[in-house]
Amino acid sequence: MTRFHIRERLAAWSERGDALRHALRRVRRRLALFLAVLGPGLITSNVNNDAGGIFTYSLAGAQYGAAVLWALVPMGIALYVSEEMCARMGAVTGKGLSDLIREEFGFRVTFFLLLAVLLVNFGNVLAEFAGVASAMELFGVSKYVSVPVAAVLVWLLVVQGSARRVERIFMAGCLMYLAYVFSALLAKPDWLRAAIHIIPPVTRWVPHMREMVTPVPLESGYFLILAGLIGSTIAPWQHFYLQAAVVEKRVGPRQYNETRNDVMAGSITALTIVFFIIVCTATTLHATGQRHIRDAADAAAALKPLAGGWASALFGLGLLNASLFAASILPLSTAYVICEGLGFESGVDRKMREAPIFYGLYTALIVAGAAGILVPGAPLVRISVLSQVANGLLLPFILTFVLLLVNRRDLMGERTNSRTYNVVAWGTSLAIVAVTVLLVYTSLFAAHG
Amino acid sequence: MLHATEIMGAKTYDPHGNFVGWVRELFIEPAEQPNRVAWYLLERGRYRPWLVRYNQVAAIAPGTLKLNVDERQLAPYAANEGWLAVGKDLLDQQIIDTSGRKVVRVNDLDLAEYAMVDGSAVELRLTQVDVGLRGAARRLLQGLASPGAIRTIQQKLPARTILWEFVNLIEPDPMRRVRLRITHQKLARMHPADLADIMEELSPAERQAIIATLDDLTAAEVMAELDERLQAQIVEKLDPEKAADIIEEMAPDEAADLLADLSPETSQEVLEELPSDEAEEVRELLQFDENSAGGMMNTEFVYVGEDASREEVLRWIRVQDVRAEQLDTIFLIRQDATLSGSVSVARLLLAEPGQRMAELKSEPMVSVPPETDDAEVLELFDKYNLRTLAVVGPEGRPIGAITVDDVVSRLHKGR
Repeated sequence: MTRFHIRERLAAWSERGDALRHALRRVRRRLALFLAVLGPGLITSNVNNDAGGIFTYSLAGAQYGAAVLWALVPMGIALYVSEEMCARMGAVTGKGLSDLIREEFGFRVTFFLLLAVLLVNFGNVLAEFAGVASAMELFGVSKYVSVPVAAVLVWLLVVQGSARRVERIFMAGCLMYLAYVFSALLAKPDWLRAAIHIIPPVTRWVPHMREMVTPVPLESGYFLILAGLIGSTIAPWQHFYLQAAVVEKRVGPRQYNETRNDVMAGSITALTIVFFIIVCTATTLHATGQRHIRDAADAAAALKPLAGGWASALFGLGLLNASLFAASILPLSTAYVICEGLGFESGVDRKMREAPIFYGLYTALIVAGAAGILVPGAPLVRISVLSQVANGLLLPFILTFVLLLVNRRDLMGERTNSRTYNVVAWGTSLAIVAVTVLLVYTSLFAAHG
Repeated sequence: MLHATEIMGAKTYDPHGNFVGWVRELFIEPAEQPNRVAWYLLERGRYRPWLVRYNQVAAIAPGTLKLNVDERQLAPYAANEGWLAVGKDLLDQQIIDTSGRKVVRVNDLDLAEYAMVDGSAVELRLTQVDVGLRGAARRLLQGLASPGAIRTIQQKLPARTILWEFVNLIEPDPMRRVRLRITHQKLARMHPADLADIMEELSPAERQAIIATLDDLTAAEVMAELDERLQAQIVEKLDPEKAADIIEEMAPDEAADLLADLSPETSQEVLEELPSDEAEEVRELLQFDENSAGGMMNTEFVYVGEDASREEVLRWIRVQDVRAEQLDTIFLIRQDATLSGSVSVARLLLAEPGQRMAELKSEPMVSVPPETDDAEVLELFDKYNLRTLAVVGPEGRPIGAITVDDVVSRLHKGR
């Protein structure tokens, strides 16, 4: 090999190296783009699995075992469809949901809607602090200690942090949901059986599968639990939060594909966690006939003799994380939405002096939420049920606004819903509304009767 | 004084007291007069809506409008893009308050009544925009409480209004912008950093509208203050020629940072539109890793021979087209173009006219190669209290300068 050849080879190598480096750089940029956009969808969907949600899932698993698992797929679709529309509106218009409602439906409609949002979300904040209280009681900490500490932590998180840091902490909160996965693993369930039950129960008529599938119990309690599952997966506040977060992240129509993936990833992970919670309580509580639990902490306590102290502790830890997580997002989102719609300055990146109403609302929600739970003898279980009912009452209105707005061509241009998507979206919304009306009716009926 | 929402829905009567219709919209015709309500749109149920001209109105009170003509003299309604609709374009929308330098939402509009000299008609002029609690309370209570009661309540609330002269509308459609005579001259007079803050609160279409109407230099200054995602988003939507015009006005390091954030296609298109020397500089900067001295540096810097005298240097600088930011520190080079040191402008100012540049050199001479890690660069700035740091190529020649503002913005970003 002559010297000339060697030099040429070297040149070729370094060129190849350059090409490789360029390709690597491109991959890195792609990944960076996805990671930059990742967050809103993941956080929103996971926060849905809050204290009230975890109770509903545990109850569903305890009462009907694997027979409710098939509902996860429709739940996931409903969650995705309702969230995707808001994310899309945020990306295309660059405006929050309450902004759009204000601009298109006027001041009075917005005012009363936001008043309702404030009341309903306050109910949810109460329920989250109730979750913190009962989760910490599992570990032997009195609510008079745990709730004030949680309130201060939550308040400091937002007031002291920048938007980016807050989001990072929330992403870490998403990881904490893995506690449920381990909790379910410790319960040693029959995974094949659980997996088969994800497919709708018609598989019972498939030969060879018959023995493995539990028949659907055709009774009112079963349908009520199904309704409860769907109702607790989709809450009114999440539409506002997601859209605002997408706007805040500066996602434009061009980055929208990444955001859609983010929403999809959020829906899937959220429902995966639900799967593990149901499987966990199904293999333990349902199998041993303990079908009546009062709240999520009750389920965690009941796990102890069946799956061991670790499973129980992890379950409780998951509950604590979920409650804390939701307790920090809800007041924040509420303050945002109200200030945005009524035209007050808002945002974590503003100083307290610049956005007094924003910080005032935020603080008031946390203080009142924590104080409400600390009242001696506060009916924690009742509060959490009523907050779910309030969610159900508000949800139809929010979904209607979302659907009306997302189909406005002057706002969305080419990005309105397609006809098929509209059929799915309206269908899903009607189903959600029907289910929540049923739920509200029975909860109120049960509460009075 | 009247309020727009008190007139929206007002019942309208002709001179004989016959009911004609309800006021649905007020139009201003900026081409004719900037703040006069030129037309009132009358809705008449299932009949065709009518337009009332400003000189056909005899009297106005909250909730009622009296005409001075018969209904047969009214014109039928036809939409006109050149009219500013008070209800649709202003109420509940966001506007820019150029005196308070922020984005606000309109709760109501205050209108002043002007009677014509002969007393035959009354016209309304838009005087200020209500963005406070008064407008909010009024809109909440309208129809529920009597107008008198509403007025008493609102007297007790603090007023928050913006004079119409200080209002800047944001209209994304360029054709309509021309017809409505919307210019952004008031915005261009604001500090670029304030304008950038305002733009961050607007929707993408509105941002685009503002950038499109600013002159290239102002646009470049504003762009430099925006966060990276927004810069990229805006440039992706501009046509490459306009984008190149704006980027050309930016400092090369800022331009390179921006181009690095664009999609490869757009960045290629923009580079092709740039003048070749500018494009070459930016391309060179793009070679460096973003987190190295090369990625932070700017290729525009001032250098003179170390033997030059103070007077020669000053004379030379005066005739050059140098940005004031680049003039903080002057680099000195030897005969073979290698870096020999730097002179701060402050020292140059205090020096005797005949002094040689070499005598004014700051000690010690600090410089870095372009591969240097950014953390190390920050350390050097801190240690030697630098304002400018020279970046030298392999032969020891200066290829760029990192200025203290690059360091500050990096520190702020990394927080």
